[in-house]
Amino acid sequence: MSLLSFEGVACRRGGRLLFEGLSLTLAPGEAALVGGPNGAGKSSLIRLAAGLLRPAAGKVDRAEAALADEHLALDERQRLGAALAFWGGDAAAGIAAMGLAPLAEMPVRILSTGQRKRAALARVLASGALLWLLDEPANGLDGDGLTRLEAAMAAHRAAGGAILAASHQPLGLAGAQAVQLG
Amino acid sequence: MMALILRELRLAASGGAALLPVIFFLLVATLFPFAVGPDGPLLARTGGGALWMAALLAALLPVDRLVEPDRASGVLDQLSLRGHAEESIALAKLAGHWLSFGPPLMLAAIPASALMKLPPDVLIRLELGLLVGTPGLAALTLGVAALTAGLRRSGALAGLLMLPLAVPLLIFGAGFVGRGDESGALQLLGAVSLLLVAGAPFAAGAAIRAGRD
Repeated sequence: MSLLSFEGVACRRGGRLLFEGLSLTLAPGEAALVGGPNGAGKSSLIRLAAGLLRPAAGKVDRAEAALADEHLALDERQRLGAALAFWGGDAAAGIAAMGLAPLAEMPVRILSTGQRKRAALARVLASGALLWLLDEPANGLDGDGLTRLEAAMAAHRAAGGAILAASHQPLGLAGAQAVQLG
Repeated sequence: MMALILRELRLAASGGAALLPVIFFLLVATLFPFAVGPDGPLLARTGGGALWMAALLAALLPVDRLVEPDRASGVLDQLSLRGHAEESIALAKLAGHWLSFGPPLMLAAIPASALMKLPPDVLIRLELGLLVGTPGLAALTLGVAALTAGLRRSGALAGLLMLPLAVPLLIFGAGFVGRGDESGALQLLGAVSLLLVAGAPFAAGAAIRAGRD
């Protein structure tokens, strides 16, 4: 049983064909790293996988998924712990795994870029979804954040999850399929 | 669904966002007697219609905070990813928005009617009309908010879109205040309001989906 499958998927944005004929399967424990120049369609590929965009051709099937992209999706006025708890799941585990415990009582609006990225990743960790869709997950993370992300991704794959990530940086995804766009 | 409605109420309460339409409504009720003069009978005759105008304009105020912040911050995407249909998100927003808009406006209508020197039977008709009509107003606000989400300087456009559509609510709402039961205006107001409430979640849901492309 695969957690994500693309069959001959084409993506068209604003009248421009970004890619076509893309096929991809992620089974439990597998990961894929999407690469390519700016504007090649990496983020669009992630949104296609999330079901937020419809493919111009082909078919996308996926299991329950969690998404971390450039949008934080946490209420700015709430404290970080409460804002993460709104999305359910094991928020405390997500906070601990991303090293956010000292910030849990801070309002979301004062978090820095890197702290926001950690919070978005904590939301994904907490969701309990088997498929993680990560768009530039390493952007803005410091060395400690990167280590925590790599450890969380390894633990997720060891527990039977799958990861589709788009990044310019190597994310330490051992044995990941490479999907090159553009 | 319940969590979404509660979230809407929390957002409306935070920063006093829900108070804004109420204060605007009361402000119009205060200014209107200054404009037409302290003529009691004239105020009583025109006050009901003026308060309906004020309610309509007050309904425009929350248009930029209903959908756009959730679209921009990715909350709508995350809800969709968790299997919520856009229509049910819109329905929850409608319920939450009405709860933070309709009852406070009905409360504010009591002091407003005193400023307009409205007799008690007219006040009761105004309140009944607002009870029936504010869900329709809230639905219009939500629909227009979803349609204009993501556009720059959407405020003026929202007004141009919404005010013509609100004409039936205004006619039947003010008509019921002015002429009372035998006019059948309350039934027509209810019909228009019901139509808007039934249609808005689908229109808003489709607009949210279309806004992703």
